[in-house]
Amino acid sequence: MNDITATVKKRKRLWKADEVVHPFRVIVHKEISDQVSSWRFIILLFIISLTCFGSMYTALTNIGSAVEPNDPEGSFLFLKLYTISDGTLPSFFVFISFLGPLLGIALGFDTVNSEQTKGTLSRLMSQPIHRDFLINAKFVSALTVISVLFFALGFLFMGLGMVITGLPPTPEEFWRVVFFILVSILYVAFWLNLAILFSVAFRQPATSALACIAVWLFLTVFYNIIVNLIARAIAPPVMAGTQQAVRYQEIIMILMKILPGELYSDATTTILMPTVRSLGPLTMEQIAGAIPGPLPLGQSLMLVWPQLTGLIAATVFCFVISYVSFMRREIRSR
Amino acid sequence: MAENIIELRDLTKKYGSFTAVDQLSLAIRGGEIFGLLGPNGAGKTTTILMMLGLTDPTSGSVRVCGIDSTGNPTEVKKRVGYLPENVGFYEDMTGLQNLIFTGRLNSVTGMEAMERAEELLLKVGLTEHAGKKTLKYSRGMLQRLGLADVLIKNPEIIILDEPTLGIDPSGVREFLDLIVRLSREQGITVLFCSHHLHQVQQVCDRVGIFVEGRLLAEGDIRSLSENLFAGSPYTVEIGLRNPPQGYHDQNSARWLQELLGSIEGVGNVSLNYGKYMVECTRDVASEIAAKVVEAGAGLNYLNRKEYGLDDIYHRYFEGREEQ
Repeated sequence: MNDITATVKKRKRLWKADEVVHPFRVIVHKEISDQVSSWRFIILLFIISLTCFGSMYTALTNIGSAVEPNDPEGSFLFLKLYTISDGTLPSFFVFISFLGPLLGIALGFDTVNSEQTKGTLSRLMSQPIHRDFLINAKFVSALTVISVLFFALGFLFMGLGMVITGLPPTPEEFWRVVFFILVSILYVAFWLNLAILFSVAFRQPATSALACIAVWLFLTVFYNIIVNLIARAIAPPVMAGTQQAVRYQEIIMILMKILPGELYSDATTTILMPTVRSLGPLTMEQIAGAIPGPLPLGQSLMLVWPQLTGLIAATVFCFVISYVSFMRREIRSR
Repeated sequence: MAENIIELRDLTKKYGSFTAVDQLSLAIRGGEIFGLLGPNGAGKTTTILMMLGLTDPTSGSVRVCGIDSTGNPTEVKKRVGYLPENVGFYEDMTGLQNLIFTGRLNSVTGMEAMERAEELLLKVGLTEHAGKKTLKYSRGMLQRLGLADVLIKNPEIIILDEPTLGIDPSGVREFLDLIVRLSREQGITVLFCSHHLHQVQQVCDRVGIFVEGRLLAEGDIRSLSENLFAGSPYTVEIGLRNPPQGYHDQNSARWLQELLGSIEGVGNVSLNYGKYMVECTRDVASEIAAKVVEAGAGLNYLNRKEYGLDDIYHRYFEGREEQ
């Protein structure tokens, strides 16, 4: 007992023991420490850092051959670290687009239902806090963990790149990396909210985890197959005019753009590769006269604005549904 | 003391066409231990949830400490501690950490929460387990930790929902003693919900019998039994060694009736499992004994039966089954 008291007193300054902390912050505090010390987070952290260093290694070994003379992207050598690969290991941003959903799902799938099955939910709800504190605090804490993780990884990657190549990033490259990290956080936040939604909807954590993974698999594997089938069915004849071909391309693109993963990879490629000028089909007339050169950061961001809006909308949509259904839910013990 | 600290008026809760709580009106006075007694599914938990503002009533009003629970649940929850049925704790935190967490949610500083938590752990007898993760706690320890958890906010009212579920008999007695002691020492009002008659009888000042969303009766146990067994408040059980005309014969009951008929206040006599039940309107046990001994019937058993909650409960259920 006494040694516990002693340790707690030692940590006194750390958790502001002499101040009244707002209950919301108390919950966030506890949630973050729960997340960070949980085994699943440690495992995911391990996997993600491992893949990051793997992609770092391939990027560094291939950076010499990546730069060609007269390459308009030559001035953005540093960004190439995040995007190039030799085909054996995917690049950094591909890894994030693959592991990000997994991270979001892992942090969110048992948000509400585990509290319910452990019997802590009704005890927590009988404390003088508003009901939405709980779900908001859970979201904020998971998002904080993700943000810290991604910024740490992104900057670690940048620092290692600087040390090994000896190249400092230009300010524009730096901001592009920051925006890339922000978009990645947003993408994971979407999956996190989807997982929270399922954790409100299903009573068993295993069910909600399976449901999340099912959605993830559907969106990454099966949706593409379905779109391909539709594409084959509605493909215009070979002799069709330009207008018809463009229309066809647009329909396929709209179908693909529903995917959050597609939105994310569009957004990140545009941000990390300044030479990407358009995300839709371009006619020969549009390209004619264009000087092949990189876009400034502002223009790149303008280009991905619809993608960002779509991702934010999907995230907010999931959160609103889980918020409303949680607020209307009657909380009973177990 | 006489002020009503909890007031329910015509409280109704419907789930679709099912009525969980039906026109419930109840007043609980400050400082008393009130037992809400009813079978599973009677609507006890629903009533508690409405008191805490965790679910909205379909109609009617709830006032706890003079505050409307539906409109201002946070203020109510500051004053009311609720120990849910099957309480759970964060299993990867120690008992002490769980209590400090609850304390801090109630806008107490970390240091103060820790001091209070230690004091309460001492009170509920968990001091030596304070540093253990709650995963390793037994059921009884969890319930005691639950009680400490409820008390850490210095509540005016504590609501205990089936608090003795799953604890062994000696643990139950300790737990009940603890509740009574805390209530008396600190003047806390206790609402004790249970389907265990004997536990409720043991600790509660007043009892409400709650079946299918309706409050069937309310009052202290004595007045409940007086109301219910009006006309025959006493029953005297008699055993005879050598009854006059055959042991299991109904005629012997008639004989006894005739024998005792001269005593004022003796009503019906019946034979029940070898014992004669004499219904009386007043305490005539000694006169009965004198008469029986005088007749030489060999009195070997005499018991003045008092009605406990058990009988009250059963009487209500019998009534309901007939409907």
